[in-house]
Amino acid sequence: MGDLIWIFISALLVNNFTLSYFLGLCPFLGVSSRLETAFRLGLANIFVMLITAVFSYALNTWVLPYAPYLRLISFIIVIASAVQFVEMAIKKLSPELFRALGIFLPLITTNCAILGLALFSTNKGYGFVEGLVYAVGAGGGVTLALVLLAGIREETKVMDVPELIKGTALNLIIAGIISMAFMGFAGLFSAS
Amino acid sequence: MIDAERSRSAEEFLKGLWRENPVFVAVLGMCPALAVTNSAINALAMGLATTFVLVSSSILVSLFRNVIPKQVRITAFIIIIATFVTVVDFLLAAITPVIHKELGAFIALIVVNCLILGRQEAFASKHKVGLAIMDAMGMSVGFTFALLCIGIVREVLGSGTLFSVNLFGDQFEPWVVMILPPGGFLVLGFLLLFFNWLTQKRKTVRES
Repeated sequence: MGDLIWIFISALLVNNFTLSYFLGLCPFLGVSSRLETAFRLGLANIFVMLITAVFSYALNTWVLPYAPYLRLISFIIVIASAVQFVEMAIKKLSPELFRALGIFLPLITTNCAILGLALFSTNKGYGFVEGLVYAVGAGGGVTLALVLLAGIREETKVMDVPELIKGTALNLIIAGIISMAFMGFAGLFSAS
Repeated sequence: MIDAERSRSAEEFLKGLWRENPVFVAVLGMCPALAVTNSAINALAMGLATTFVLVSSSILVSLFRNVIPKQVRITAFIIIIATFVTVVDFLLAAITPVIHKELGAFIALIVVNCLILGRQEAFASKHKVGLAIMDAMGMSVGFTFALLCIGIVREVLGSGTLFSVNLFGDQFEPWVVMILPPGGFLVLGFLLLFFNWLTQKRKTVRES
């Protein structure tokens, strides 16, 4: 149980996917202009990561020991099609949830954070429950980073920012400062 | 006619270097651009690996552009890209195990580099093989150039070395944050700012 908590906190804060592994930067910079959208994208991310964790565990256990060179191709295809099926199922079963996650589901599938999650949890040799906890932590971390950046970006819209720095340059520098703040979590516990 | 064709391919090659530079202008392929650029040699290795994948998948996609059905084209592109990434992964592990270990999962993550899929969708699937190669080469050189820019700045500031050659002697106190994650964001942010400034300055010079 203690291990699971540390896996969660490590993925959420210390080794934050966006701020210290640079995964999922496209939505991080692209979809973070409004707080509301950023939060929903984050939720959709957690959701897709959970599905990914389940399927990558299944692949790792039953398929990949026999054909290790298929790792990348099978991860991508299986995850993409699983997300498509789940999207259809949600659309049918719970229209509210579908509206909340909306167009983000298919977009997220080709996001590097998703494939990164599958690869990292494989490299770390996580079991089923550990993989799920890791997915929730990583998804939560991505959400946290998105919401933080979106909050600051909403503020910068009403500020008097020099014309030259507006846009990606400003966002990257803000992200750098947030990332610097997250470095403080590195001493939270010693990896063991 | 031949001259026109030649200038066309030169044009496709050159646009990737500066005017449509994937990192500095289009802001594509950010994950590898920031994650592995903590030293110049890693940046170079990443750039070359991406070059190989982009050029070979562009050739294949361009060759099969009339065979692949429109509805499943994205899936087909991804499978082609993933195949070449697997090749690069094993190649690097065989040639330079040390760099392969440092880049780690980021080699595999070339698959989801939006630059590569973007070029297949926007260019290779619509043009002849020759032009597709020129376009892929231009984009890859532009990408490698951008990676090297970031990598060199971060290595010089963060470790005081360049390609592992010591630059400043023993008195240098390394600016460690530059090789850590925040440095990636900050260096790219300031580089973008610098290029914005250059472009704007050129524009005002031309207007006056």
